[in-house]
Amino acid sequence: MSESPTTPDDPGVAPGTRDRDRRRTTELIGVAATGVLSAVMIGFVLLYWAQNLPVAGELYAGFRSFGRGMDAILGTNMFRHPFMWQSMATGVLIGVVAPLVGTFLVHREMALIGETLAHTAFAGVAVGFLLRATTGWDGSLLLVALVVGILGALGVQWLTERTDAYGDVPIAIMLSGSFAVGTLVISYGRGLTGINIEGYLFGNLAVVTVEGARLMAVLSVVVAAAVALTYKQLLFITFDEQAARVARLNVTGYNTLLVVLTAVVVVGAMQVLGVILVAAMLVVPVAAASQVARSFRETTYLAVIFGQLSVIGGFVVAVGGGLPSGGSIVVVAIAIYLVAIAASGSSMRAVTARG
Amino acid sequence: MPPTVVDLDDVTFAYGDTVAVRDVSLTVESGDFLGLVGPNGSGKTTLLHLMLGLHTPDEGTVRLFGAPVGEFDDGSRVGYVSQRATDRGGAMPVTVRECVTMGRFAHVGHGRIDAADRAAVADAMETVAIADLADRLLSELSGGQQQRAFIARAIASDADLLALDEPTVGVDAESRDAFYALLDRLNDDGITIVLIEHDIGVVTDRADRVACLNTELFHHGDTESFVESDALADAYGATGQVVEHHHHS
Repeated sequence: MSESPTTPDDPGVAPGTRDRDRRRTTELIGVAATGVLSAVMIGFVLLYWAQNLPVAGELYAGFRSFGRGMDAILGTNMFRHPFMWQSMATGVLIGVVAPLVGTFLVHREMALIGETLAHTAFAGVAVGFLLRATTGWDGSLLLVALVVGILGALGVQWLTERTDAYGDVPIAIMLSGSFAVGTLVISYGRGLTGINIEGYLFGNLAVVTVEGARLMAVLSVVVAAAVALTYKQLLFITFDEQAARVARLNVTGYNTLLVVLTAVVVVGAMQVLGVILVAAMLVVPVAAASQVARSFRETTYLAVIFGQLSVIGGFVVAVGGGLPSGGSIVVVAIAIYLVAIAASGSSMRAVTARG
Repeated sequence: MPPTVVDLDDVTFAYGDTVAVRDVSLTVESGDFLGLVGPNGSGKTTLLHLMLGLHTPDEGTVRLFGAPVGEFDDGSRVGYVSQRATDRGGAMPVTVRECVTMGRFAHVGHGRIDAADRAAVADAMETVAIADLADRLLSELSGGQQQRAFIARAIASDADLLALDEPTVGVDAESRDAFYALLDRLNDDGITIVLIEHDIGVVTDRADRVACLNTELFHHGDTESFVESDALADAYGATGQVVEHHHHS
């Protein structure tokens, strides 16, 4: 009855076990490297924030000279500029939290939610522009986008509770509806102020403001902590919602949490990726990870690692070629996805040949 | 005497205007093996959902382990294997061990899975003879093996009640026999079982009590009296009457 994967030429130790240990080590190294990178980036944002304080000021100066050193070694003109570090910090953190949340969205077949909430957040940016133009208020556009995005998330959740499914139709209405409102608000506001909306549509490293990077740092810590705390519940609900209800998990509560976390990630990621491409970061690294992962935990780890590689690779392409960051990151992510498909195809062949 | 596990009193439930379950009263006692039979669309799954609190009745009351089902909060006591459970297993990269470990989640809440939880998971996989598949993806297993993983999840949670909705659809005959032998063993160990099954033969072989449903309850009692009664023919014949009734109204 058992179908254990032992091979005819099995030399004592099951090769499966050795493979698994090697995979685990590789993943842990990747996750640890991602963690260190994120910590350094959050560290930079904090130091930049606190640079006028005594100790932080010295550390910040150290960071700057480290950047100049990197430029000297690499022959670039990038790491000496604080604004580039802000963008890199935002990008690196997106590469962690978007696939983290996306792992649950993709496997609940809720990928379109990310796209919808991006468009809702876009309406939020437009409302923020209008507020600035008409009231003289000079707060953060992203904060407005965050509020509108979260309201949109709760709206989507309310709709799905009533229609009993994450159906295409209410989601599509929400998606195009909020984009329509955004465009109306922007054309109305254009007469009142010069609006550069393109950066928010297609993503641009230069769009990342100091506040934007700070917001992303705070949001990333919140999102990562929330997912770490509710990983088990989100996994159970994603895998078998009815059984999770029978086990008396607060399914509605966790669903709402997941949708709100998605809105938070989307707003943070919108600066670098752009409204139109932001959902790709929720979906593509997860799709790549699911091709090769041997467990759900591994899917999560690999998605974060692939997300990080996409961001770093995309930055290299964007800076090297003077191209928009959003498109560059997504193209690299899709390249990784194609490699993952090829790799899973060859491992499937190996399994079939062995089995 | 241990409390009644499930107690339905005059329960009616409709989807919009379509009544799925009408005036059903039945009890499941501790240690029962209840087979729930009836034609397609007769409300079997709806009745099971009512028992578990997945639906709220329009009329009547449901009690689970003595508590009104809406207030029942010890989710670890109930293991549920839904009709489409294995569909999900195929779509998502989840290992057998990860699936079975979910049975511990109702116990640990936001805490960590500890050594005792891992031991319970290992024992549960041992009980259903899938310990050697622990690190395989569910999607790589046969239908019968996947069902064993879902049963192991319920065992790992120390469930007193196991609710199964057509668990052997798409499972080959040999694995089915082994699967039902496993259910017999679990029932002998004191686990109460409610099983929806389209194969009447399986129910009369294995279950000690039968509920025969077609929107209304046609029989509820021990298996022998069910075999001797006309409940089955009445329930299956009733489908025609219901349709006729709709034409007139």
